Amino acid sequence: MTVHLKQDAPDERNVLDFTGQSVIGEPLSRPEGLLKVTGTATYAAEYEVDGCCEGVLVTLPVVRGEVTAIDEASVLSMPGVIAVLSDERMTGRPAQGMAGEAPFQPAKDVCYWGQPVALVVAETFEQARDAAKHVAMDWRSEQAPLDPAAVETEESESTRQGDLAHAMAEAAHSVDVVFTTEGHASAAMEPHAALAQWEDGKLTVHASLQMLKFNRAELADSIGLEEEQVRLLSPYVGGGFGSKLGVSQEVVAASLAAMHLGRPVRVVMSRQQVFQTVERRSETHQRIRLAADAEGRLTGFGHEARVSNLPGESFAEPVLQSSHFLYAGENRLLRLEVARIHRMTAGSVRAPGEAVGVQTVEQAMDMLAEKVGIDPVELRLRNIPDKHPANGKPFSSRKLAEALREGATAFGWEPRPRTPRHTREGEWWIGTGMASAARVHSVVEAKARVTLRPGGTALVETDMTDIGTGSYAILGQVAGEMLGLVPDDIEVRLGDTDLPPGSGSGGSVGAASCGSAVFLACQGLRKELAERLGIAPESLTLKDGFARWSGGQKALTELLNQEPIECTGHFEPGASTEDMAVSSFGAFFAEVAVNRWTGETRVRRMTGAFGFGRVLNARTARSQCLGGLTWCIGNALTESLLFDPVDGHLVNCDLAEYHVPVNRDVPDLEVLLLEERDAAASPIQAKGVGELGLCGGAAAIANAIHDACGARVFAYPMTPDRVLAAMPET
Amino acid sequence: MRPFDYQRAERLTHAAQLTADADTLALAGGTNLIDLMKLQVETPQTLVDIGRLSLGEIADEGAGKARGLRIGALATNTATAAHPRVRADYPVLARGILAGATQQLRNKATTGGNLCQRTRCYYFTNIDQPCNKREPGSGCGAIKGIARIHAVLGTSPHCIATYPGDMAVAMAALDATVEIASENSSRSVPVRGFHRLPGDTPERDNVLEPGEIITAVTLPAPVGGIHLYRKVRERSSYAFALCSVAAVIALEDNRFTRADLAFGGLAHKPWHDPRIADLLIGNEPSLALFDKAADLLLEDAQGYGENDFKIPLARRTLAAVLCEATGVEP
Repeated sequence: MTVHLKQDAPDERNVLDFTGQSVIGEPLSRPEGLLKVTGTATYAAEYEVDGCCEGVLVTLPVVRGEVTAIDEASVLSMPGVIAVLSDERMTGRPAQGMAGEAPFQPAKDVCYWGQPVALVVAETFEQARDAAKHVAMDWRSEQAPLDPAAVETEESESTRQGDLAHAMAEAAHSVDVVFTTEGHASAAMEPHAALAQWEDGKLTVHASLQMLKFNRAELADSIGLEEEQVRLLSPYVGGGFGSKLGVSQEVVAASLAAMHLGRPVRVVMSRQQVFQTVERRSETHQRIRLAADAEGRLTGFGHEARVSNLPGESFAEPVLQSSHFLYAGENRLLRLEVARIHRMTAGSVRAPGEAVGVQTVEQAMDMLAEKVGIDPVELRLRNIPDKHPANGKPFSSRKLAEALREGATAFGWEPRPRTPRHTREGEWWIGTGMASAARVHSVVEAKARVTLRPGGTALVETDMTDIGTGSYAILGQVAGEMLGLVPDDIEVRLGDTDLPPGSGSGGSVGAASCGSAVFLACQGLRKELAERLGIAPESLTLKDGFARWSGGQKALTELLNQEPIECTGHFEPGASTEDMAVSSFGAFFAEVAVNRWTGETRVRRMTGAFGFGRVLNARTARSQCLGGLTWCIGNALTESLLFDPVDGHLVNCDLAEYHVPVNRDVPDLEVLLLEERDAAASPIQAKGVGELGLCGGAAAIANAIHDACGARVFAYPMTPDRVLAAMPET
Repeated sequence: MRPFDYQRAERLTHAAQLTADADTLALAGGTNLIDLMKLQVETPQTLVDIGRLSLGEIADEGAGKARGLRIGALATNTATAAHPRVRADYPVLARGILAGATQQLRNKATTGGNLCQRTRCYYFTNIDQPCNKREPGSGCGAIKGIARIHAVLGTSPHCIATYPGDMAVAMAALDATVEIASENSSRSVPVRGFHRLPGDTPERDNVLEPGEIITAVTLPAPVGGIHLYRKVRERSSYAFALCSVAAVIALEDNRFTRADLAFGGLAHKPWHDPRIADLLIGNEPSLALFDKAADLLLEDAQGYGENDFKIPLARRTLAAVLCEATGVEP
């Protein structure tokens, strides 16, 4: 049985509010949590497979060139070395998210420093790693552009409305400012890893990937197999943050080696290789122009950004994504340009677009509030547009004003114009700042199968992944709510391409897309049960393993009569999200301390208030928001990829020198989940939450730095040297 | 990682004998060496594990008022920082150690190993880059590259790397002594003279000769005073110093009677400039005086673009420390 829905109209019924089991939204612990905290959840590289050999990627230390010869004999005599693979099908770059086709091949065509070009396979990891450093190669190398500011750019996107220049000239108050942000690494804890087995014409790969349906297609296309010959397994993923959206180099290399050798092959990237070869977030250069009347109402809004990527890559960090609709202003100019340079592939990293695009707008808004002389919260409230400023579509639901007000109350925000340097504690200037949050919502096609088992339990199956986010928990809760089962009676199986293809994890689409597929499957099961009882599905209540209706009740086990029933839910986005502007919104508030001597900035507390449709699990949703707030701290203060100006290599390629926030950087974080139902977003009224907590919050910290010490810093991250350089001396 | 032989030293003389071979390295806590071996930055033929030697003791040295403290080379950073006498009499050392690395690393890292830890220069740790320290004569990638974390004092045209640690900076302020043994003899070297400037031989971090092993660091009798360790870094833990200051300060009648200062993150060694104490002692603390001290400290400072900020940052950090110690209001 299959239930298919292409959602063309908003679903106002809010079915999950009336089903009665009351597990949806509950702050339940993750069912797999115990495995993870006890180290017994098995990750890709940890499977024990007989006869497994170990592969290590060989990389080339040039920024542009071509490998012309690889001398396999140079290492074949080394202890334990089995083979050197330089197959034409090896991939030099990862696939972009949802590409569904092979990434750039062949690997020998080198486009960035440290690109993998070959694979050494040996009996042990240590042997392979040593040999990989000794493979003799011939190559041609050439100069290539490295500096995004020094090359011609190409336009990726442009929107013009009215006359921004005129609006700026006529404005009572205006801001015209340039920001820069540096590149980011996903910096997932688990390095990219794959364990490939080739048996009887079938390839099975344990891998650390986020979107298996697409990854299977990418892998099959890369190596010339039919998709049906490929099985990918990623039941647990130790963080992805975008870097595992597309199939990466080690997966293709391990697969080719396993097919070539007829032995299982494991390839785990070193931490340095992860930094150097998987997707980066592009650095950005952004000009923000705001024109406003005397009361601070926007009359003009300009956002022009330059990002970079390798030649041939379609992805351009979508910096403008939420600038299209966050604030009003009838005169608008939004433009995105791409510089083609030879750094590793730019792609989706943690909230691509908004993570760096909202924080610049929000810092400019703070400057405008200062000029108008009003409370920064009030400035935002005055500029919430009635409808999408560009296309006139209505907003499906929007908790921006509530987030601003409720967040301010929870934080203890003083509603006043800001004047810097009002509070000092010893050496530390103390200040507060705020920012709005916005992130576009999207859903993608997803399937899930739900089986009611004779014993009265349920099995939920999809190839959806759990990248530390809570997929197991929330999908079980949707099923439990619909089928009237307690969570312990639901088993969720994920991360296997033998299961119905879900959405995968990425772009915050997973919960709403796969949650809807599970919802639809359960609707089919409810219909079947109602038919068995001879009643209308609407008259059926399922609760605690019993079916109840006006005429009586019956145990589920009795209804099933020793036979399982299964149904596959098939969700597809339709017109409902096209006819409306559908996005998640929120607000950030931060208190910081800035050292008057050293410019060191420490965040003392943060509050985030977020509205993202239905909350499926208050605990995992909150955890997602906590993660977002933590990344805000990294984004604001510490994270930047540093590229050598001479040869273009990434210099800070480990977790000691690429500074993600550590425990001590992360203070008390408060999260407010604002109840909301978004009928257009999905049949379960949920929107994405995974990335929202990162979209703008760095500006709350930046604005707090200004409030604290008077330093207006226009370059992220705001390291001590940058804060000091901008700090007024008196 | 290249294949290597592993030997466990049972006696100090045995360890010294083995490490006389240029291709042999001593292994203590391993928190730095093992990482560098994985990267093939260090490629010893043989590792001599000295972890079983009885060099972990922390004990009084001498008696009465002259009672110093002898910290064994294998005492862990955690044990040293937590030692009651370190906390009571040498708090700058406890603070310095606790400002470094993470709890997990400090649990493994040792006194001797910490003194011998190698630079975190990005070009040193990447074997596909030129580095005169790793491969003499290959050039320096940092001078024209990303020099953000690099030295501004005592650099040479061949190397601008820093000594990355904190513990040794505090020990330099305390004027501690490194005890060194070889197979047939032993010697002592002040911590202030243990690390070298890069000059023409940046491959040599310190004055240890092949076959020499650090056995202890001896702290002189306590001098009292105000002990401060101030470390400026991009994040609040697990980051190397952009600049650090270790200070032991004493005042009488509002005049400096002691001003033992050492600086980290600025040079190839913990930086100690005796002229600063000479300038301060006998004078009343003031912002103008602190500025003069910074002038002395930084008179030969040279930035390399990316790290120019360290020069004003060092001036400000020194002022911050001296203000905190003396109560001068900025």
